[in-house]
Amino acid sequence: MRLLAAFVSGALFALGLAISGMTDPTKVTGFLDVFGPWDPSLGLVMAAALAVHVGPVRWILRRGRPLLDNRLHLAAFTQVDARLVGGAALFGVGWGLGGYCPGPAIVSAGSGLGQGIVFTASMIGGMALYHAFARARVADDALVVAPAPVPAQVPPAR
Amino acid sequence: MTPQEILPPLLGGALIGIAASVLLVANGRIAGISGVIGELLVPSTSDRAWRWSFVIGMLAAVPVVLAFLPGAVVANPVRSLPAIVAAGLIVGFGTRMGNGCTSGHGVCGIPRGSTRSITATLVFMFTGAVTVAIIRAFGGAL
Repeated sequence: MRLLAAFVSGALFALGLAISGMTDPTKVTGFLDVFGPWDPSLGLVMAAALAVHVGPVRWILRRGRPLLDNRLHLAAFTQVDARLVGGAALFGVGWGLGGYCPGPAIVSAGSGLGQGIVFTASMIGGMALYHAFARARVADDALVVAPAPVPAQVPPAR
Repeated sequence: MTPQEILPPLLGGALIGIAASVLLVANGRIAGISGVIGELLVPSTSDRAWRWSFVIGMLAAVPVVLAFLPGAVVANPVRSLPAIVAAGLIVGFGTRMGNGCTSGHGVCGIPRGSTRSITATLVFMFTGAVTVAIIRAFGGAL
């Protein structure tokens, strides 16, 4: 059942991306072109998604656990740190440069579009690169200083 | 904006919201595409099945998209191959470093009231806009 839910979610997600215009990178850069002839229409994608999603989010957070699993799998870490800001900043640069964020990239690649395939392959390469980079940094830290202590109190998941 | 310009993003966005709700309500998972995909690249990831299922679901929708929405999936005519490769590398690296993208931080994180996600969304919207503005200053193509 959980696999079916994930499958349905993925299919609806991809359908939504294609209908909304997110799989047209020229439209995406037009949305980001706030200092030029700005096309605000893609802002409605986020607005509609948030409007639909906020009710179920509130309900499930109150309920405390999902329907098909015994716990919610949410990020426990709540601190805004340099890694978050730096990563988001980089992502924005790549988004503006290519006009693709990860979801539309997958849909475009799946459609057999050359640019989508090249972008998605590069994106997966970039992800692997970060994983290697993070692993190397952890290994370095372990050599130089003791591993960071695990916080005694894990902040509650939000 | 005309109704023809307003309805598709509203409808598509609503579907994305439903998709994110299905995954959260049923499985308690965040529909963040970069996380779903990225964790599949990590050898120690144990919860692979639902991730693959989600990706296969996305790909299963593609024939429907191509049949009913011809012209929805198109390339960017003003970006060269090297620009696309660089953009892909940066998006992949950045989304793993920042733990999310438009879907995970934007669609899923904001309604949870996550300060991290709200911050990330503002930051990537801002640097995205600055990047497009810089490219525009150099003629709009790259």
